[in-house]
Amino acid sequence: MGLGDDMKDQFSFLGGFKLTMQHMTRPRVTTQYPEEKKAKQPRQHGRHVLNRYEDGMEKCIGCELCAGVCPADCIYVRGLDNPPDHPVSPGERYGYVYEINYLRCIHCDMCVEACPTEAITESKLFEFSFTNRSDAIYTKAELVVDDDGMPQKLPWEDWREGDDMMTSGWMRATSPSGSAAYEGEVQWSGELGYGTRAPEGGQSANRNDELTGTKALRQTLEPHLLAEDIPLAHRGMQGRVWRAKIGAERNKKKMEATRARMKELRASRKAAKAEGKT
Amino acid sequence: MSYFDPLFAQGLNWEVWLIVIIKVLVAFVVLLVATALMIWFERKVISDMQSRIGPNRAGPWGLLQTLADGTKLVFKEDLLPDRADSFVFKLAPYLSVIPAVLIFSVVPVGGVITVGSHTFELQVADPPMGILVVLAMSGIAVYGVMLAGWSSGSKYPLLGSVRASAQVISYEAALGMTVVTVVLVSHSLSTRAIVDAQAHGFWDWNLIRLGFLPFIFFMIAITAELTRPPFDLTEAEQELVGGFHTEYSSIRFGLFFLAEFMNTITMSAVVVTLFFGGPDGPIPHFIPTSDVWMPIVWFVIKTAAFCFIYVWFRAALPRLRYDQLMDLGWKRLIPMTLAWLLLVAAVITWHWGGLIMVAVVALAAVLLTRANKLGSGRSEADSVLPPVGSRLTPAPRLKPVPDGGSSKGDGA
Repeated sequence: MGLGDDMKDQFSFLGGFKLTMQHMTRPRVTTQYPEEKKAKQPRQHGRHVLNRYEDGMEKCIGCELCAGVCPADCIYVRGLDNPPDHPVSPGERYGYVYEINYLRCIHCDMCVEACPTEAITESKLFEFSFTNRSDAIYTKAELVVDDDGMPQKLPWEDWREGDDMMTSGWMRATSPSGSAAYEGEVQWSGELGYGTRAPEGGQSANRNDELTGTKALRQTLEPHLLAEDIPLAHRGMQGRVWRAKIGAERNKKKMEATRARMKELRASRKAAKAEGKT
Repeated sequence: MSYFDPLFAQGLNWEVWLIVIIKVLVAFVVLLVATALMIWFERKVISDMQSRIGPNRAGPWGLLQTLADGTKLVFKEDLLPDRADSFVFKLAPYLSVIPAVLIFSVVPVGGVITVGSHTFELQVADPPMGILVVLAMSGIAVYGVMLAGWSSGSKYPLLGSVRASAQVISYEAALGMTVVTVVLVSHSLSTRAIVDAQAHGFWDWNLIRLGFLPFIFFMIAITAELTRPPFDLTEAEQELVGGFHTEYSSIRFGLFFLAEFMNTITMSAVVVTLFFGGPDGPIPHFIPTSDVWMPIVWFVIKTAAFCFIYVWFRAALPRLRYDQLMDLGWKRLIPMTLAWLLLVAAVITWHWGGLIMVAVVALAAVLLTRANKLGSGRSEADSVLPPVGSRLTPAPRLKPVPDGGSSKGDGA
């Protein structure tokens, strides 16, 4: 190492002045939270809801699997036989007591995965800070969805218009067949207020990002990113050029394949003709 | 050249008293408001440099954030640790704040104006030893930090205050010597005289007249003296919790906070006074003219620029290690400021002949570098204790009692 390099090392800290100046011109990533909210992830784990079928019957059958699987031991369920004259759930039993203690819940979603009837799912609501311990324990009356399939808004919960959209329950992390790439068109029941959910990316070849909220999420996040962090395909004019190029390549390949096929066809016809002549 | 405040030329009467009181009040209020703005400014600028937004809730652009914080601090519980020395503990914040306020009183913020029959300078006081007041007050301010750390009865504050005192003493020498170079060319200790000596355009500013280096030395030394980043070892959060003010809460903590930012402003003002011509504009010189506002505007612009530079330091530079801090202070700054002082003195005395001093300084630098190298080599080779692994373990003080002996003793 020469003297020049030595001096360079000694004064390399001066680079900090340049960097801080560069940062002054960069866009801010801050969201003004209470006024301005970012789109939530399509699979965000918020507070639970107890779902109902479209005819209003409760899905919970009081099997207590959720309580059994819960690692934080926050769910308390007691099942009871359905009264024969006015059954609460379509099964033999129903959830008579259902309580979740949100001082313990870690939102791991294992109860959702354990539930055999998709009765318990997690909504995207997370703004429910309570100020006393009894409010922390959500009872069945508070968890069960209303007649439109929407979660109930409790007095201490802070969510505004639109926050409860796309929060209905549906089987998320795994599918009945156990494969994440499951083409789930009809395997699970339609939901109250939502019908059958559109599949997300990774769940189906016919993914619909618009319906599941993934597209909205991308659109809100990307303006905050630096240019180099945005996927090439989404970068405005540049992205359009890129997509056109990809499309052109794909078309070229298709054309080539067609040409090859035609050539083959012609060759085989020729061969057939030649055979017919001889 | 002796220098007198023209206000007292006609002796003391009630009008003079009134002018003095008004000057004091205006300076105090302006300084407090400026400190509030400085805290806001620092937070805004540093968040800009970190791609954040910073305070934006209280008032327009978060301008009232400091006010909100101050109000909160006043109404918080004032804790007094059990093991604290209560008198000193309560005294320390004031020892920090009062010097910070007093330093500003000798800084010239504008030209000389005449109201009625009274001519006076736009600065609170113009003592003949003005710049020494600055040094003395920054020395006294260390007592605040020292006593705060000591009286807290807690180990982190104590460590913080020990660091603070060592650091300030180390850099005060370098600071003093750069100030001496300024005094040598200005022929006076009075801040007004120092500013007047630079009042003929920017080529007369001490920054250029003394050749940039003293200014750089002064900036480094003053940043260390303020214990601002990157020299904020006294309140290194990662090591010392909060440093000397760990045990402080409520308005006493607020006073330390206030003193710190007030010092930042006043020291920016002192840099402007010493090296940048104070209230003097770059080309036309305003000081002897009767223009009231332009000098003040120039002064404010220059001071704000230095406030920005301090914030920039904080954003850009990582904190020094303690040995790096001491190395920079004792092995670099003090020899270099001393060398520059000798050069300036020689050139002033012998004019061009003074450049002989360059040779002397160069020789001294070579000797010093050689001595440093020898010293550092020796400390590694001939360490006082051998390394831990090769050291002989001391003999055990209690000797094990042999088995046979003990059984015999039992039998007897």
